[in-house]
Amino acid sequence: MRWKTTAASAAIATMAFAGAAAAEGALNIYNWGDYTSPEMIKKFEETYKVKVTITDYDSNDTALAKVRAGGHGFDIVVPSANYVPIWVKEGLLLEARPDQMENFKNVDERWVDVPWDPGRHYTVPWQWGVSGIGVNTKVYGGDINTSAIWLDPPAELVGKINVEPEMNDVLFATIRYLGGKWCTDDKELLKKVRDKLVEAKPKWLAMDYSVTEKLPAGDYAAVYYWNGAIFRSRLKNPDIKFGYPKEGYPIFMDSVAILKDAKNVENAKLFMNFIMAPENAAMISAFAKYANGIKGSVDHMPAEMKDAPELNVPAEFKDAGEFLASCSPDIVALYSRIWTDINK
Amino acid sequence: MANAAEIADSARTRDIRSRWLLSLPALLIIFVAAVGPLFVMLAYSFMVKGDYGDVKPGQFSLDGWFSVFMQRDIFDDTLSLADAHLSIIWRSIRLSLMTTALTLALGFPTAYFISTRPRASREMWVFLVTIPFWTNLLIRTFAMQQVIRNEGVLNGALMWLGVIDQPLQIMFTDTAILFGMVYVYLPLMVLPLYASMEKLDFRLVEAGYDLYAGRFQVLWRIIIPLVRPGIVAGSILVFIPSLGAYVIPRVLGGGKNMMLGNLIEMQFGAGRNWPLGAALSITLMIVVMAALMVYVRNVARSDVRHG
Amino acid sequence: MAKRYFDIRSQPGFVTIAMVTFFLLYLPIAVLVAYAFNASESMTSWGGFSVRWFGDAWQNQAVQDAAWRSFIIAGCAATIATITATMAAIATTRTRPYPGLGFKYAFINQPLMVPEIVTAVALLIVFSRIKVWTGYSGLGYLVLAHTAFCIPFAYLPIRARLESMDTTLEAAAADLYATPWAAFRRVTLPLLRPGIIAGFMLAFVISLDDVVITEFVKSGGQDTLPTYMLGQLRREATPEVNAIATAFLALSVLLVTVFYFINRKKD
Repeated sequence: MRWKTTAASAAIATMAFAGAAAAEGALNIYNWGDYTSPEMIKKFEETYKVKVTITDYDSNDTALAKVRAGGHGFDIVVPSANYVPIWVKEGLLLEARPDQMENFKNVDERWVDVPWDPGRHYTVPWQWGVSGIGVNTKVYGGDINTSAIWLDPPAELVGKINVEPEMNDVLFATIRYLGGKWCTDDKELLKKVRDKLVEAKPKWLAMDYSVTEKLPAGDYAAVYYWNGAIFRSRLKNPDIKFGYPKEGYPIFMDSVAILKDAKNVENAKLFMNFIMAPENAAMISAFAKYANGIKGSVDHMPAEMKDAPELNVPAEFKDAGEFLASCSPDIVALYSRIWTDINK
Repeated sequence: MANAAEIADSARTRDIRSRWLLSLPALLIIFVAAVGPLFVMLAYSFMVKGDYGDVKPGQFSLDGWFSVFMQRDIFDDTLSLADAHLSIIWRSIRLSLMTTALTLALGFPTAYFISTRPRASREMWVFLVTIPFWTNLLIRTFAMQQVIRNEGVLNGALMWLGVIDQPLQIMFTDTAILFGMVYVYLPLMVLPLYASMEKLDFRLVEAGYDLYAGRFQVLWRIIIPLVRPGIVAGSILVFIPSLGAYVIPRVLGGGKNMMLGNLIEMQFGAGRNWPLGAALSITLMIVVMAALMVYVRNVARSDVRHG
Repeated sequence: MAKRYFDIRSQPGFVTIAMVTFFLLYLPIAVLVAYAFNASESMTSWGGFSVRWFGDAWQNQAVQDAAWRSFIIAGCAATIATITATMAAIATTRTRPYPGLGFKYAFINQPLMVPEIVTAVALLIVFSRIKVWTGYSGLGYLVLAHTAFCIPFAYLPIRARLESMDTTLEAAAADLYATPWAAFRRVTLPLLRPGIIAGFMLAFVISLDDVVITEFVKSGGQDTLPTYMLGQLRREATPEVNAIATAFLALSVLLVTVFYFINRKKD
């Protein structure tokens, strides 16, 4: 048993001292899991001779908690749009002024002046998408551009629906479906929202993330989910069609930001500039199959993505989409209570 | 001249002291990396929740504790028992008890089987039980999905055998969570049982048969009492962690049915109510700790058997 | 002693149930291994045979790093946990109750009693302070955190074993003038062996699987296999992770077989 102990101690010692101090030419990215194109990273590493590490998180709140606690060692983080104001308010982001960088001219005008980062002083678009409807048209052939698919489902779809387990996206669509506005505190309306969801939930099969597995395979006949995943499902099973809820659908955009206590600020700025170039943005999109915010990148993307209905919003539905704003803390508390009530 | 009692006393004091020294490393590690940090949580449970998670430093409130048991109705502010919490707690207790019972039912014969193999091969069987668990939990859960889903192995076999003609909807139900938990916690029952059973003195069993006991009587009145420490250890190792389980309900339960672990996790996530999360967990911990202390004080006396 | 014509050891149905249990244990594993060879990128529908995922996994540095890191942390944590748990088990069993015994028992098992998210957040807060003060960000924090929650998993089987042992052999050793340490090393420890092995295995497995605590305590570039996969949960997991799991499984089986043959020779 003794050799085991010595081996163990040796291993511990090596591991202990392997904690890297900031090396020359390094960049530490903190991003969503499975969201970063390895090819794009490799190109960046070779162009600028920088070693990149990527660490995963699976929720905005985890990322916020970890960075706020300090001692994290990250340089770049990629929060969702509705969290960016929180990060700014808590003083965690560097005002990197990407709008003054060389490649900024490539950013699509639509995404320059966004409500949560006017003029883009802090962030650069990474990818954006919407939550919409995916339906297997073999099971149901009617109108799919409506949230009724999952809130008042037709008989063929009952018991075969999946709804994304995301409080904000679900509540947003339901509030709009019932005629309200996001961040409303109208208690009458919210009561109806809660009751509607409680009534609809037994008609759903699941509130789960593995849509790209189950939608093409037939476990689900309809989903309320992110467009990228529905796009991938359609590639596996052409019967799947994508719909934009005409009553209202949430837009998400994840953006790249530099942390205020980053150790590799120069490299982080190079990275920001790098991803605003069309060819590089195209690589990001090709990997996770979501649109990015850079003009001209469509030319570099794989053919199937250029005309995909999931990525190109038809004119008639353009106004129904709205960025998920960050509501005031009281409203958030209220919405959380509704969400718990639905999930109990 | 010291008398016998005094010598016995000082020997006992030395014995107790050396026992404290022996347990020190374990106690220290747990203090630094488990119990100690919890004091932070305790403090947090008395603080005001921050707007975006975390807490507002320096501000105190009993809201966290209050919300564990009571709630104001969302829409008309009436005070009532927090029944959302209670139903979640009840579901967790129910599923954990069933998991413990099932793992015991499956694990007891398995551990017994391993203990009655030829001595040289026993450890190999132990490894065989644990090797499936050297794969990752999330991967195993995906594989488990493949077994229980509508077009999966289980339904396929049942239909082929003609037992059913429509696939059973197991996936995304409480049953799926139960299956998943039993699968994950099985080695935690088998291994302590094995550790206890391996030393079973079969002469006592033989004595039982000599006295005309039937197989069941031998099992119930000789074997089970002898391996009781293993049963208790296994039950603790299965029941308590399963109360706080969070990945399995999320993946196999389809996210529709929260268990205690999910509820608490939500407070630290989208729910942005760290004080409530802290209070909920400390409540859970106190209840369990009290039960354990009572157990060890009254029941687990050293059963020293004499040769 | 008359030779019995029935086996006193057998109990009705036990062997069957044990066999069924082993079958059930390995069924999902068989599925998992099978899908590692899936030609399509689905985790749930078969598309034909292919070894492409092994090739992908071989090239995917991130996944390999994560998997190795998991194993190393688990190895260290399980070893330390088992050693300290053995000591603690000996200290708390086979004795008349003394002041603080109940407290110690509850204390040692405390990591079991609190949902991991709570320990994770608490550790995040405490360790982050330390990281800022000392500037050290190595794997030490992860090993420490894992060791702490592995201890009860090692402790309980060892304690169960100890409680089932009688003290005759140790008393005999004392009669033969063995010092307490020698008696421990040559009598108690070998008798404890099944308990220690059971405890180590449990601790190892528990550490390998931990996702929540690791997610919060890790520093940059310290993803373990579970946290890597957790990140994939929201997107799409491909059979590449199956390939990795299968590869590690094969490796473990190999290790165990070697270990077994070495032990057989020793006996």
